[in-house]
Amino acid sequence: MAALTPASVEPDELPRASGRQLRTVLLLLIPGLLWLGVFFVVPIFTLAGTSTQTPSGSGLPGEFVQTFHLANYWDAISAYRGHFARSFFYSILATLLCLAIGYPLAYLIAFRAGRLRNLLLVLVVAPFFTSFVLRTLAWRQILADDGWVVSALKWLHLIPSDLAVTASPIAVVAGITYNFLPFMVLPLYSSLERIDPRLIEAGGDLYGTSFTVLRKVTFPLSMPGVVAGTLLTFIPASGDYVNAALLGNTRTTMIGNVVESRFFRVVDYPTAAALSFILMAIILVLVILYVRRAGTEELV
Amino acid sequence: MTASRSDLRLTGLTKRFSGFTAVDGLDLTISQGEFFALLGPSGCGKTTTLRMIAGLEEPTGGSIHLGDLDVTEKKPYQRPVNTVFQNYALFPHLSVFENVAFGLRRRGVKDVKKQALEALDLVELGHLAQRRPAQLSGGQQQRIALARAVVNRPQVLLLDEPLGALDLKLRRQMQIELKRIQTEVGITFVHVTHDQEEAMTMADRVAVMNHGKIEQLGAPAELYEAPGTTFVANFLGQSNLVAVTRSGTDGQYTMVDVGGQKLRIRTDRCSSEGELLLGVRPEKIRLHSAADPVPSGLNQLTGGVVLDASYLGVSTQYLVRMPWGQNLTVFAQNLGIGERFSDGSAVQLAWEPDHSFGLAGDAGAGVESTLED
Ligand SMILES: Nc1ncnc2c1ncn2[C@@H]1O[C@H](COP(=O)(O)OP(=O)(O)OP(=O)(O)O)[C@@H](O)[C@H]1O
Ligand SMILES: [Mg+2]
Repeated sequence: MAALTPASVEPDELPRASGRQLRTVLLLLIPGLLWLGVFFVVPIFTLAGTSTQTPSGSGLPGEFVQTFHLANYWDAISAYRGHFARSFFYSILATLLCLAIGYPLAYLIAFRAGRLRNLLLVLVVAPFFTSFVLRTLAWRQILADDGWVVSALKWLHLIPSDLAVTASPIAVVAGITYNFLPFMVLPLYSSLERIDPRLIEAGGDLYGTSFTVLRKVTFPLSMPGVVAGTLLTFIPASGDYVNAALLGNTRTTMIGNVVESRFFRVVDYPTAAALSFILMAIILVLVILYVRRAGTEELV
Repeated sequence: MTASRSDLRLTGLTKRFSGFTAVDGLDLTISQGEFFALLGPSGCGKTTTLRMIAGLEEPTGGSIHLGDLDVTEKKPYQRPVNTVFQNYALFPHLSVFENVAFGLRRRGVKDVKKQALEALDLVELGHLAQRRPAQLSGGQQQRIALARAVVNRPQVLLLDEPLGALDLKLRRQMQIELKRIQTEVGITFVHVTHDQEEAMTMADRVAVMNHGKIEQLGAPAELYEAPGTTFVANFLGQSNLVAVTRSGTDGQYTMVDVGGQKLRIRTDRCSSEGELLLGVRPEKIRLHSAADPVPSGLNQLTGGVVLDASYLGVSTQYLVRMPWGQNLTVFAQNLGIGERFSDGSAVQLAWEPDHSFGLAGDAGAGVESTLED
């Protein structure tokens, strides 16, 4: 993901490692490689193995045998197509909302906050000081149809008076947006903060209005932050199940909820594993397409 | 300097940063098509002045006019003024061509391509149009920054130490180039620098700034030959400044006295009241052996002893100790005909009275400022 590293390092700028340096580097890498091997590579093969198993025939729940039954994948897709679509719909929507809320926020902190900058940054991460689940539960109160927030909005005619918010898709998307906002704001902030203010001045000097300069100079230069922020929001959001579980209803179930229930409640390991792989594959394809497009100037 | 519609006029321009006055009541008129240099030591307010003209800094007081147009309150993009920034500030995400085309596109010009390529040809970098700024050398970036500004044909082009980052040879080359381009496009250039030689060789007029104020303004030769303050005398080239007392007048000359020796200064080049410093440039002074007669009519100082003689090739620099304890500097051209003096020689100094200037102030004031820059 070259696009994530803001200042791309030319290969020939890297110092040539002599034999001894190389050995040191390899030694230093061992703990990391071991970690990756034990906790990533091995589990992923186990999961892949599980995904093509079929029930053992003993009738006992949770007993499966390896039959390389690839049809599991097809069955999973056809059964949960809608859940996949919903997951990606919610997570893309939440990512866009995060970008729309996060960009002005990050811009403000980077360019306008003055001495309040550090305080505001702390406030952005402050929600992490309390539990994720608790905060999501709190949103249930905030978004309760008879709670003061919804009542006030209705009273102000900002939302239709017959709108149901509690346990609705709106609540789920709002929850995801809220929970992942810091993951959007922080990378955006760090790439905005790095922009040389003289470039923005030069844009104004060359007849760009504030908005044109934002569009033609500031935004393109903050692309690394936009890419990093959207990925950091979109990827976990598309596999999320807490928000749908706590803020949604049975018609807002996301793929994360299906995996969870297949795994823990129905004890249908192969389907859960296959769903995980499908989710991974779709995310991978989407991310590759996105990063490629962002790498070129098309998004700029 | 004929008054013209698009002269740049600064009136009482002031900028204060939380109690600190960076630019202090600047009054200045720069004619259309003029190459104007703002010269001064670091921190004297040159950049701040340019930024106010460009609209990047809001003045605390005063006004800025372009011809009859008051631009004091206008946004940067509303002013027919462009800047070549101290660090170039090229857009790293755009190609060289797009950098140059940026201003044209914002103004909705028709033949962007033609004009941008013409500007690139003007700085002789047409072949690099598709490169990114990061793939250019410092000198090339400098020229692109110039092309990006000039292409808009602003009424005034502001250059903030545009050659500061270049090595000496490239600097000299770019000075010639800048001058050529300015003559070619006929735009008013306001060039900020703290290199006095650069200001003198390029500019039609130079303003010497110090502590947010203009000390003196004029053509380079004027400033050099008749500096008005000790600061200018020491900032532009070197000067010998001797504290003297007035002792009368003689026609167009003011008579002064130092250690019992009489000297003359043209009254029109002499501050009229208060303490007086006599100034003379080191290259204007001729050294004579103490025993030799000095032609009459010259200013003459006797009783000097050569402290140090440094041979510099084209010239020799002498440090001469005067009876009242001051060291004066003398540059002697190595013409191969005059006498050479060694350390310890007893000498006398002589120069044309017209080459003296009389400045107000005490001797200490100017001397320390030679250390700046
Ligand atoms: N934003 C600011 N806040 C406070 N003081 C400032 C600010 N900008 C400039 N100054 C002060 O104003 C004075 C003039 O600054 P300026 O940048 O105009 O100097 P300069 O003549 O361009 O110097 P240099 O040759 O070093 O570029 C300096 O003393 C500087 O510290
Ligand atoms: Mg400056």
